Amino acid sequence: MTVRSRLPQRPEGNRLHPITPWRRAWAPIAGLTAFAVQDFERTRGWFEELTVGWLILGFAAVIPAAAAYGFFSWWFTSYVVTDTELRIRTGLVFRRVAHIRLDRIQAVDVSRPLLARIAQVAKLKLDVVGTEAKDELAYLGEREAVALRAELLARAGGMAPDAAPEVGEAPARELLRVRSGTLIVGLLLLGGVWAALAAVLVIPTLIYLATESLWPTLAVALPLLGGVWASSIGRFLTEYDWTVAESPDGLRIDHGLLDRDHATVPPGRVQYVRISEPLLWRRRGWVRVELEIAGAAKGKGGVLLPVATREDAAGVLARVLPGVDLAAAAGAATPPPKRSRWCAPVRRCGYAHGVTGTVFVTRYGLLRRRTELVPHAKVQSVRFGQGPWQRRMRLANVSVDHGANGWAEARLRDEEEARALVAAQAERSRTGRREAGPERWLTGPAQ
Amino acid sequence: MTTATEAHRSPGERWRGVEGALLRLRRLVLLCALLPLALLAGLLPGLLAGAVWSLWALPPLAGAAWGWGALARNWRSWRYAERADDLLIAHGVQWRKTTVVPYGRMQLVEVTSGPLERRYGLARLQLHTAAATTDATVPGLTPAEAERLRDRLTELGEARSAGL
Repeated sequence: MTVRSRLPQRPEGNRLHPITPWRRAWAPIAGLTAFAVQDFERTRGWFEELTVGWLILGFAAVIPAAAAYGFFSWWFTSYVVTDTELRIRTGLVFRRVAHIRLDRIQAVDVSRPLLARIAQVAKLKLDVVGTEAKDELAYLGEREAVALRAELLARAGGMAPDAAPEVGEAPARELLRVRSGTLIVGLLLLGGVWAALAAVLVIPTLIYLATESLWPTLAVALPLLGGVWASSIGRFLTEYDWTVAESPDGLRIDHGLLDRDHATVPPGRVQYVRISEPLLWRRRGWVRVELEIAGAAKGKGGVLLPVATREDAAGVLARVLPGVDLAAAAGAATPPPKRSRWCAPVRRCGYAHGVTGTVFVTRYGLLRRRTELVPHAKVQSVRFGQGPWQRRMRLANVSVDHGANGWAEARLRDEEEARALVAAQAERSRTGRREAGPERWLTGPAQ
Repeated sequence: MTTATEAHRSPGERWRGVEGALLRLRRLVLLCALLPLALLAGLLPGLLAGAVWSLWALPPLAGAAWGWGALARNWRSWRYAERADDLLIAHGVQWRKTTVVPYGRMQLVEVTSGPLERRYGLARLQLHTAAATTDATVPGLTPAEAERLRDRLTELGEARSAGL
């Protein structure tokens, strides 16, 4: 009997790249190592009792177990693309089949961490509404991942099922590329980076002076250093060579120096855009643009542009949200009435709110000024809120909830204006939805 | 209801309040929590340290008296209106809130009823949209009204359904 026929029946469908088991095998070994490091004293105690024979026996048990785990989890993972959905089967003991409806796909990411790049494989991640974690296929061959992404997007966009598999990559037109110089200067002009650096220098020194012992100092310094790394060099590595391109599939975002990441956001999926202007960037007219789509993990909204001039950002934004003019949106925002100084004397200076034909605009923040845009078509509900003190001052807040689990709030507006705004916004989001593009963007406009 | 909010309503909206049983239920819960506390606070120090210490019973009693009125005000503030294209829910006395949910945005309409609510013949209607921050709950409906509203909202939602 051959080995093959003894193996359990393999689910039908496409397989992941054969390199996947090696990545999976790391999990038990890493777990063992983490355990050994964490409980260092006891492990050393064990090692004193251990003989070479036992050690070899241990490894002889762990490594095949890890390899078997990796192999079988790879063996039982497969995916199938049908006309309407992507099915991913996983699970060694607990079988799981994820049916992902293609018309519900909000974004498709292809990420290639450094080691995967060396091995020429890639990870495909899907943002779908209603799932907590991103569903992912890891790993696929690089070419296979790109082809699958093109096929998924073509099918999701409503292309005829027969044509979809051969459609290939849609042509892309580059909109903007962030130069490394700009990125570095932008990072150096962020107060947060310097504050973190100062914290790393000051806090461990103080602790060392107080305790005169190295261990607590290191215990504090290491997480702080990690924070500095993440906010400066780590961020540079992620945001290096940031490219935004436009294609019929939607917006393409490519970035990364060591780990290359790619995201495709199909048209009409953007729920919310935030433009932030840190204090020291304002003189140069630089902005950072972040966007949120439904289904993305909460608080992990995507970045559209790490740093760009206002004009460039406006140009890209006009492609992301058709009909949105950044200058007009910023111009439409008006500050709250003067009497709001009795509610928030300092913060009110940053507040502003306005409405254009396509978006709901709010602004807040003193040092880092943030402008939030929510397209009328994406407004899920409108809320009016008023506290006791605000009622005395005849002021109120209006929030609009968007589909990416967040909201934008127009703060401290005049009460009459706020009530009118709630009514008008409900009306606008209704008409806005009618004019919005179809869910399947390659088909014609909605009937 | 105060006249200040009355003035802002357009004539076309027909607001409905919630059932009186909700107020009775909430008052019962209030008394069940505070009266035993008052008894405990009055008896224990009174017996152990002297009669004057049983005055500790007063704060819980005062709380119960204030809560009695506050619950009535809060109960009166709860109201909802079905408009042509959206549902309005308003509540709050000190912190006033109004939520507008367009029918086309509803993903799920839920009617729940706990054991205590069932005893009082009450049900609670909750609307879910794609935004988890949407806070649209109507407590204190009769089960029949909750079901009527659920069916009507579902029907309207299907007719006006819009994607994300």
